[in-house]
Amino acid sequence: MTVEDELEIMGQRLNEKIKNIFGRSLHIREVDAGSCNACEVEVTALSNPIYDIERFGIHIVASPRHADMLLVTGPVTRNMELALLKTYNATPEPKLVAAMGSCACNGGIFGDTYASGGGIDKFIPVDVYIPGCPPRPQAVIFGLMVAVDKLDQKIRKKEA
Amino acid sequence: MKSEYTDSIRKEFGSVILDENVSRNETYLTVKKDSAVKICDYLYHHFDAPLVSIFAADERKADGCFKIHYVFSLDKEDAFLIIKINIDEKSPEFSSITHKIPSANWYEREIQDMFGLVPKGHPDPRRLINFEDWPSDAYPLRKDFDIRTKLPRVKGEYVYRRVEGEGVYEIPVGPVHAGVIEPGHFRFSVAGEPILNLEIRHFYTHKGIEKLFENISIDKAVFLAERVSGDNSVAHAVAFCQAIEKIAGAKIPPRAKYTRTILLELERLYNHLGDIAGIATDVAYAFGAAHANRLKEEVMQLNESVTGSRLLRGMNTIGGVRRDIGGREELILEKLSSLNLDFSDLMELLFASPSVADRIETTGRLYNDIAKGLHVVGPAGRASGIDRDTRRDHPYAAYRELAFDVPVLKSGDVNARTRVRSDEVYESISLIEQALSRFSDGDIKVNIKEIPDGYALGYTEAPRGETLYWVKTSKNRIERCKVRDPSFCNWLAIEYAVLDNIVPDFPIINKSLSLSYSGNDM
Repeated sequence: MTVEDELEIMGQRLNEKIKNIFGRSLHIREVDAGSCNACEVEVTALSNPIYDIERFGIHIVASPRHADMLLVTGPVTRNMELALLKTYNATPEPKLVAAMGSCACNGGIFGDTYASGGGIDKFIPVDVYIPGCPPRPQAVIFGLMVAVDKLDQKIRKKEA
Repeated sequence: MKSEYTDSIRKEFGSVILDENVSRNETYLTVKKDSAVKICDYLYHHFDAPLVSIFAADERKADGCFKIHYVFSLDKEDAFLIIKINIDEKSPEFSSITHKIPSANWYEREIQDMFGLVPKGHPDPRRLINFEDWPSDAYPLRKDFDIRTKLPRVKGEYVYRRVEGEGVYEIPVGPVHAGVIEPGHFRFSVAGEPILNLEIRHFYTHKGIEKLFENISIDKAVFLAERVSGDNSVAHAVAFCQAIEKIAGAKIPPRAKYTRTILLELERLYNHLGDIAGIATDVAYAFGAAHANRLKEEVMQLNESVTGSRLLRGMNTIGGVRRDIGGREELILEKLSSLNLDFSDLMELLFASPSVADRIETTGRLYNDIAKGLHVVGPAGRASGIDRDTRRDHPYAAYRELAFDVPVLKSGDVNARTRVRSDEVYESISLIEQALSRFSDGDIKVNIKEIPDGYALGYTEAPRGETLYWVKTSKNRIERCKVRDPSFCNWLAIEYAVLDNIVPDFPIINKSLSLSYSGNDM
């Protein structure tokens, strides 16, 4: 199966889920909490003409105030901790947080040191973890799919 | 290296040299502490030797003092001259050379933050890496500082440079930006649209990488080097491996050399294509941006089918490479030939478009004297008339055996930086083709069992420019690893390149300089 085929199958499933839950597109704010920029390379790739995630109803927005989800990369450096918390607090509820990449999941190779916090979930609640160093674009799309399901559960829980 | 330099230092300054040590193409001169400024000034201005790095090391245990190294590159002789001074713990200060050599600015402030050694007479002694909420007596790279220390947050305020006057106001931007880019803070002072002053505040992504090098095994350190700046993974890994191989006195097999060259050039290809795509995006040339992004993606998919990693990670190791790329030669050649055709079509369209020319010509001009003073490296330097390329001046991997041109332009604007990258894309394609035509059978790795105690420089020309590692080993561990990413040199250039430009042109100027935050902050 080619990259395009894999993508088409996952993308269409994701698109349906997003439509059912949001009735509009999913708005994501990417936050770099100290990554090595490899994850940013792959997030940028998501918008290229091959992956083109906008067609599946995913929109990367410029401000956390417009976002349904934060896609966070990096191990949370000491110098970025405050900025991450401010960004999280500026995102309206209900919100989702996806930790993208090994560093965001558990600190990765940078671990827990004087300068590195050792993973996003030590600072803000995380809904899904997308491992990989960096995760391939297909893996990120799959992770978003899992996250959207989570939001569905969250909303149902609240209603019940 | 000819002893000309050592001799003329002796002749000029008398008996200032305490110790001389030559190992391969590196000459280390330990000089009297108070003579460092005049010697560095002499080397820089008299011999026109670029200062490529300054770093400290805590050698209190072995030698009872801190050491500061000033690394000068002697490009014509493929050699390095390193001036060393000893600094006693009881008087932790040294004379700043920033007023003589402007590119020393950040290095000296870095040493101040990381080692607590004060550069006396520095024009801007503010903190650089340790933010104002770090306690004042914490120096992470000192040996008695435990890497797991969690420092308390203290009160403090960072003072920005102020520009005052009627109609002048400030625009703070970041650290979290609107686009998908890394974190950093920009403080613009503007009057209307033109930028009067820009101050950058970085080191938000400081992850303690140099300290981490000292706390992991050498094998694992290769993976860490790949993660200093993610999109320059290969250049960092190769520079690190070369430093270790130099210490071990190991020669890597030809097949490994050629494989590394191919990987390094594939990395340059996808980076340059990405930069050109970014510039096209920022000038709203959507058609060109889409095409350049497609070409970048094709190279990344090629990377994956050749190495298993879209960013070419996990390939390099001490002594060679970990995986044979044999059997993929045809695929690479086929992809490159279609890339060559598509790319030349795209560049023809891009440079013929008046709306692009209007935005990139004369924009973000970086004058040669400023670029030289700040030691701007890589495509950004070459677009401002600095004719330096590590691949040619200090050949490594298989570059000595391959033919390539180093494009140099003079105008120093966004246009020149785009054209330098565009020209380098063709050179990279040709380099890979040449490397594949000379690809011989054989081992891809030489086994290095013991790594002796020693120190050496490792260097590569990353897509962003000269990347430098200085590694000191002791008992099969890393005693000190200084990483100098090209962005550490180039970031300050943006403060000059934006002057008199309008705020809406800032993103293009920033993109055209292609700067890594992570590589800078480490």
